[in-house]
Amino acid sequence: MSATADHRSAPSRARSLAQIAVFAGVIAAMGLVPAFTPPGSTVPITVQSMGVMLAGAILGARKGFASVLLFLALVAIGLPLLSGGRGGLAVFTTPSVGFLIGFPLAAFIIGWLTERKGAPYRVVLGSAFNLIGGIVFLYILGIGGIMLRTGISLPAAFAAVIVFIPGDVIKAIVAAIIAKPVHMAYPGLLPDRRPESEFERVEIS
Amino acid sequence: MSELGLYVPGNSIIHRMPAWLKLLALIMLGVGSVFLSSVAAVLISAILVVLLYALAGFRPATALRQLRPLLWFLVFIVIVQIWTKSWQSAVTVAGVICLLVMLAALVTLTTRTSALADAVVTACRPLKPFGVDPERVGLLLALGIRAVPIVSGFAHQVRDAQRARGLGASPRAFAAPLLVRALRHADAVGDALVARGFE
Repeated sequence: MSATADHRSAPSRARSLAQIAVFAGVIAAMGLVPAFTPPGSTVPITVQSMGVMLAGAILGARKGFASVLLFLALVAIGLPLLSGGRGGLAVFTTPSVGFLIGFPLAAFIIGWLTERKGAPYRVVLGSAFNLIGGIVFLYILGIGGIMLRTGISLPAAFAAVIVFIPGDVIKAIVAAIIAKPVHMAYPGLLPDRRPESEFERVEIS
Repeated sequence: MSELGLYVPGNSIIHRMPAWLKLLALIMLGVGSVFLSSVAAVLISAILVVLLYALAGFRPATALRQLRPLLWFLVFIVIVQIWTKSWQSAVTVAGVICLLVMLAALVTLTTRTSALADAVVTACRPLKPFGVDPERVGLLLALGIRAVPIVSGFAHQVRDAQRARGLGASPRAFAAPLLVRALRHADAVGDALVARGFE
């Protein structure tokens, strides 16, 4: 751990592999550690879906996609890592399978948009990217999955998930608020898209 | 590894079946489930699934317990189906979902995490021409399994530090240090991989 000052030491392939694996652990930890329990409810709200957004917003498209996919593979081979201690192959046969399939793709979309914008990370734009990938796109797949697996109509499927949307909107914004200091404390994950002249001026001053 | 997972040790014929055979059977039954279109067929299949659980040494209650996480969803589906179609349709749609969930859970309950990880690596072999390295997939699975308790440990440390400083449940003060710490840990893991001859 003493080598943390110079975090460019390992060749990028090994470091990328490690980042993918560790972020799968981050997504799992965000499902295991309860964030808070809403008053009057016994089910703690976890921030697992925020972990999916953060994977894209911090690692970018390819690594974010891979880490979420690895997380799902760990769930599939029998680790109870989904929020509420769910896991195993059974979760992929439930009507919410569309959301699970959507997770890595949502991370990819968020990561792709975030990389295109590049450094420095902006909270407002980041929130918008999280909303596009983590809510609009994810819910299209999720609702589609419910309709396919249960044969209910679009309005009914939408009604089944509508209660989760406000919470997920908050998570999308919080994920961007969190991603900002992480990119500041650990720079180099996003390509610098500032114009050359501005970049030099910053270096001189 | 098995302490963390959902595997329940046992010595039944289902426990001893190779993982790939169980996965193949599950996929085929999943595809076959689209032909279950009558109430009688669903009931007969339900009895067969409970018998499979018995064969693996589990009581019927264990089979039913697998359905608990999706209970509210099943109630919702049944209400919508009865309202828009018929009770027969409600039984078949909800029944098929229950059966598949129970079958998939049976595979998870009777197969070691390591055996399923090996099956994933084997399943990746045909993907080699498309740039998927099966050995790397196996390494990622092993690193990912190891990362879960490590990052959970970080999470508890960060939470303790937050409490010690008298901070409430601020998601920013919790997640940002956790993520930075996870990224630094990934650097150390990357260095360790290089030290062991990775690439």
